[in-house]
Amino acid sequence: MKEVSHSIENTVEQGDAAVQVRGLVKRYGELTAVDGIDFEVKRGTCLGVLGPNGAGKTTTIEILEGLKTPDEGMVRILGQSWDDDPRAIQERIGVQLQETDFQDKLKVFEMLRLFRSFYSKGADLNDIIELIGLTEKRNAFVKDLSGGQRQRLSVGCALLNNPEMLFLDEPTTGLDPQARRRVWEVIDTFKAEGGTVLLTTHYMEEAERLADDLLILDHGRVIARGSPASIIATLEAESVVSFSIASDGEASLSDEELQALDGVQSLRHEGNGIVLSVTQTQSVIAGLFELVKIRGLQVDNLHTHRPTLEDVFVSLTGKHLRDE
Amino acid sequence: MSRLDEIRELTRVRVLGFIREPEAIFWVFVFPIVLAAVLGFAFRSGGIAPTKIAVVIGEGSDRLVEAFKVDEHLEVVLYESRDEAMSKLRKAAVDGVVEPDDPPKLTFDPVRAEAETARLRVLRALALAIPGAEDPPIDLDELTETGSRYVDFLFPGLIGMNLMGTGMWGIGFAIADVRRRKFLKRLLVTPMRRSSFFLSFMLSRLVFLLMELVMLAGFGVWVLGVPFRGDPLSFVLVCLLGALVFAGLGILVAARVKTIEGVSGLMNLVMVPMWLFSGVFFSYERFPEALHPVLRLLPLTGLNDALRAVMLDGESIFSLGPEVAVMLGWCVVSFAVALRIFKWE
Ligand SMILES: Nc1ncnc2c1ncn2[C@@H]1O[C@H](COP(=O)(O)OP(=O)(O)OP(=O)(O)O)[C@@H](O)[C@H]1O
Ligand SMILES: [Mg+2]
Repeated sequence: MKEVSHSIENTVEQGDAAVQVRGLVKRYGELTAVDGIDFEVKRGTCLGVLGPNGAGKTTTIEILEGLKTPDEGMVRILGQSWDDDPRAIQERIGVQLQETDFQDKLKVFEMLRLFRSFYSKGADLNDIIELIGLTEKRNAFVKDLSGGQRQRLSVGCALLNNPEMLFLDEPTTGLDPQARRRVWEVIDTFKAEGGTVLLTTHYMEEAERLADDLLILDHGRVIARGSPASIIATLEAESVVSFSIASDGEASLSDEELQALDGVQSLRHEGNGIVLSVTQTQSVIAGLFELVKIRGLQVDNLHTHRPTLEDVFVSLTGKHLRDE
Repeated sequence: MSRLDEIRELTRVRVLGFIREPEAIFWVFVFPIVLAAVLGFAFRSGGIAPTKIAVVIGEGSDRLVEAFKVDEHLEVVLYESRDEAMSKLRKAAVDGVVEPDDPPKLTFDPVRAEAETARLRVLRALALAIPGAEDPPIDLDELTETGSRYVDFLFPGLIGMNLMGTGMWGIGFAIADVRRRKFLKRLLVTPMRRSSFFLSFMLSRLVFLLMELVMLAGFGVWVLGVPFRGDPLSFVLVCLLGALVFAGLGILVAARVKTIEGVSGLMNLVMVPMWLFSGVFFSYERFPEALHPVLRLLPLTGLNDALRAVMLDGESIFSLGPEVAVMLGWCVVSFAVALRIFKWE
C-alpha cells in the first residue's frame, strides 16, 4: 500500500472532516468486500474513489450512506453516527445510487416534488430544475429522458434538501462525453458553493477533473491515496512509451533486451503492444530505434504520453480501471 | 415539509403511476365488469326471449301443456318432481313453475325482470284455454327465496374476488416493482418515514376502491338486477375491511421477494385456491361438510359470505360476527408478519 499523503488524516481536526472512516470492514460470507479502510473527507473538498469492478466502492459508499452496516469499524458523517439519529444525517446528505430505475410513469417535476416532500427544508423545485438543466423537460415523463438527462435528474433528487454532503456512485457511467460534462457541471456548482462530495468512478478523467483527493481501491483495500498529481508522481516515471513491433518472421525483441535499455523503469504487454514506463524518454526511444535497426525490424504505433492515473493503476494492480 | 406532505406526495405518485398504466385500469375496472357481464348474461334470459315454463308432471298437466300451446313464446319443459322444477327456477333455468293442482299454481321469482312476462303469458294462455273466463283460476306464488338466481349468488363473489385481486396486485406487485427497480433503496436514503410508505399504498387503494365499488355495484344492481338489500354503510365497511385484509396480504406476499416473477407466483399461490374454495363461482358448501369450518377461515370466504349477507339478506355488518372476526384476524396477522419480515434492502 502506498501512503502518499499521511497528512490528510493526521493534521485535520475532527470538526473539519465531513466524513471520517476508521478500520471499515464488510464481509459477505467468505468474501471480504471491504477490508480495513481508513480515510477522511475534508469539508468543502471532493474525494474520488477509484477502483476496478468489485473493488468495494459501492459497498463502502453504501455503508457511509447508512444503507449497509459495517462488520467492523467506525463511520462518522458530518460529525454524527448512524447509530444515533439516522434521519438527522439523512436530512443533511444527498445520495445518488449506482443503479436506480426511477419510476417511469412520472414527470420530471413530479419526481422532484416527491423527493422534496421528504425533507423538512430544502431548495426550490424550479431552482433545482434549472440547475440540472431540465427546464424544458419539466413536464416530460422520466422514461422519455435520455440517459444523461435521467442521470442529471437523479443528481437533482440528491440536491433537493440543499445537502452539505453529496454521495455519488458512478454518476456518469455509460454516458457519452458530452453528457458526462453536463453532469460534471452540476457537481462543479455544488462544489463551488462549498459542498463536500464523495464520488466513485471508473473514469480517471472524471477523477482528475472533480476530485481534490483520491482513494484507489482494489480488493477492498486502499492501494493508493493522495491528490491526483501526487499519486501520479509515485510512478516516478517521466513518460509512458507504447509501441508494437512489426515483424514478418518470428524475429522480435525480448522483454529482457527492452528492459536493459537505459531509462526503462518497467515493462508490460498490452494486446500486441508493449508499454514501457520510462524515466528518460529520449534515450529510451533512441535506444529502441537502434535495437530495431540492428534486427531489421520496424516500430509501429509509437506513442508517448505523460503518466496518468490509469498507468499508476495498472502498475499497482496489473489491471485497468475498466474492464474493456 | 410536513409528514402530511410526504404522505400526500407518496400517495399521489402511486395514484399517478396507476392511472398511467392502461393495463392496470383494464384489470381493475374493465375486466371484472366484463366477467360479471358475461357470466351474468349467460344466466339471465333476455327480455325478448321466449318464456320458459316448467310444468310438473301430474294429474292435469297434459291440459296445461295443451293450453300453453296457444302462445308460441311459451316454452314448456316437463319435470317429474316439484323439487327439480323449483331448483331450475332458482338457477334461472326457467322463468316459472306451474303445478297442475286445482286450480293450477304458478311460482315465479318476483326479483327477476322475466317474472312479470312469465306471469302475464301464463295467465293469458290459461284465459284463452277456458273460453269466457275473465279470470282464469290460478294460484300465484312468489318464490320465497328471493335473490337466489345464480347471478345474484355470483355477483357478491365477484366483488370479493375483485377486492382480493386489486388489493394483492395493486399493493404486492407495486411493492415488488419498486424494490426491483431499486427505487425503494433510493427512498431509504431519504428521511422518508417507512410508515408513510405503507400508508401511501393503502390510501391510493382507497381512492380506487370507492370508484371500483360504485362502478361494480352499480353495474350489478342496475344492469343485472342483483338485489341490494343491506344498508350501504355496512356494504362499504365490509368492503373496506376486505380491502384492508388483502392489502395486508399483498404487503406480506411482497415482503421479501425481489423479482416480479417471484411475486406473481406467490400471489397466484395465495389467490387461486381462494377462487376455488371461497365460494366465488359456486358455493363452498358443495365441498364435504367436514371442510366447511376450515374453508370459512379463508379471508375471501369471510369477505364473500359477508358481502352476500349484506347484499342478498340485508344483514348489517354488526350481525356478521364470525365473518368480521375472520377478516380482522387476517388483517392483524398479515400486517404484523409483513411489517416484521419486510425487507427494505
Ligand atoms: N449483497 C452482496 N452479497 C454478496 N456479495 C456482494 C454483495 N454486494 C457486493 N458483493 C461483492 O462485494 C464485492 C464488492 O462489490 P462492490 O459492489 O462494492 O464493488 P464496486 O467497486 O462498486 O464494483 P463496480 O465498479 O462493479 O460497481 C464484489 O465482489 C461483489 O460481488
Ligand atoms: Mg459499484
